[in-house]
Amino acid sequence: MPDWLDRLFGKETTSANQAKDRLKLVLINDRTDLSPHEMEIMKNELIEVIARHVDIDPDAVHISMTQEGREQRLVADIPIRPVKRRGGRTK
Amino acid sequence: MSASVVTICSGKGGVGKTTTTANLAVALALTGKKVVCIDGDIGLRNLDVVLGLENRIVYDLVDVIEGRCRLRQAMIRDKRLPELYLIPAAQTRDKSAVSPSDMVRLCDELRQDCDWILIDSPAGIERGFRNAIAPADTVIVVTNPEVSAVRDADRIIGIVEAEEKGPARLVINRVNPGMVKRGDMLTAEDVLELLAIELIGIVPEDENVIISTNRGQPIALDGKTRAGMAFNNIARRLQGEKVPFLDLEQKDGFFHRISRIFKPAGEV
Ligand SMILES: Nc1ncnc2c1ncn2[C@@H]1O[C@H](COP(=O)(O)OP(=O)(O)OP(=O)(O)O)[C@@H](O)[C@H]1O
Ligand SMILES: [Mg+2]
Repeated sequence: MPDWLDRLFGKETTSANQAKDRLKLVLINDRTDLSPHEMEIMKNELIEVIARHVDIDPDAVHISMTQEGREQRLVADIPIRPVKRRGGRTK
Repeated sequence: MSASVVTICSGKGGVGKTTTTANLAVALALTGKKVVCIDGDIGLRNLDVVLGLENRIVYDLVDVIEGRCRLRQAMIRDKRLPELYLIPAAQTRDKSAVSPSDMVRLCDELRQDCDWILIDSPAGIERGFRNAIAPADTVIVVTNPEVSAVRDADRIIGIVEAEEKGPARLVINRVNPGMVKRGDMLTAEDVLELLAIELIGIVPEDENVIISTNRGQPIALDGKTRAGMAFNNIARRLQGEKVPFLDLEQKDGFFHRISRIFKPAGEV
């Protein structure tokens, strides 16, 4: 469950919860050798490349790191805008 | 007989490697196995005092490696148990006196006539740690439920995997149930979820550990204390037995949920 959801349902931020949240991020950085800053740069470059080929809304792009066992996985959720239907005329 | 070599390491210092090594050695020996433990912390010898064998040292690991004595002569027998031996670390030398291949050769020689070889690794990721994991069949990583210990454990686990000595197995030491209960200490479940390796033991914070160490009588000799029981359980799991984890009053019924942790992400 995302932490903001926990909080919404009244799960307080204990020091143990804080430790866990901080460790999650630190371990991602350690394992991938990718800082949050580099991650941001990579995300922007990805968006740039993809936008060259399909119409996307950069604000809707969601790139995150997930953990499966000890494996880190970069997951990108990139909604593509529907192609505008051509009405009658071609071009 | 062909011994299994188990190396106990951690990355961060002071988390309980030596305590774990000594107690696992005692617990295994209590089940009638022949155990040799090796202090890999050259220059900072400690396994001898934790085991209470410090007065009996004549030769050490470096003496064996440099040919000043035979392997047998450096093995101190613990008189309290039928078959427990210690090969102490050299105190006046440094880690460069030993190489990973020296350790492999030494363990190959030892394997013939014992059941278990336990190696107490020094902290860090340098030469001493590399020496300690070189001959390992199994690596046990010890950590505490605390940010820097968990982070360093993760580094060690990564290196152990890269060296093809993995998957490492985890001991979470010094769990304080009171602190866990009030939300001020990571639960064993939290640590396990973060590190994602197989758990082999949870050891409570227990002042009896310090008392027994003061006396040079490893706590595993006293199966009635919680820590003593925990170490004896680790020894049984190491031998392939399925032993339930001690209930340390984890939050949300940890021990009932433990099996779910390794299911695909998103389910936790
Ligand atoms: N479960 C426990 N409860 C209470 N005290 C403990 C426990 N485990 C270890 N200790 C204490 O913590 C201290 C450090 O333990 P130990 O020497 O085993 O750590 P280490 O990882 O070998 O340290 P180093 O990195 O210096 O080799 C010791 O004083 C020991 O008695
Ligand atoms: Mg030690």
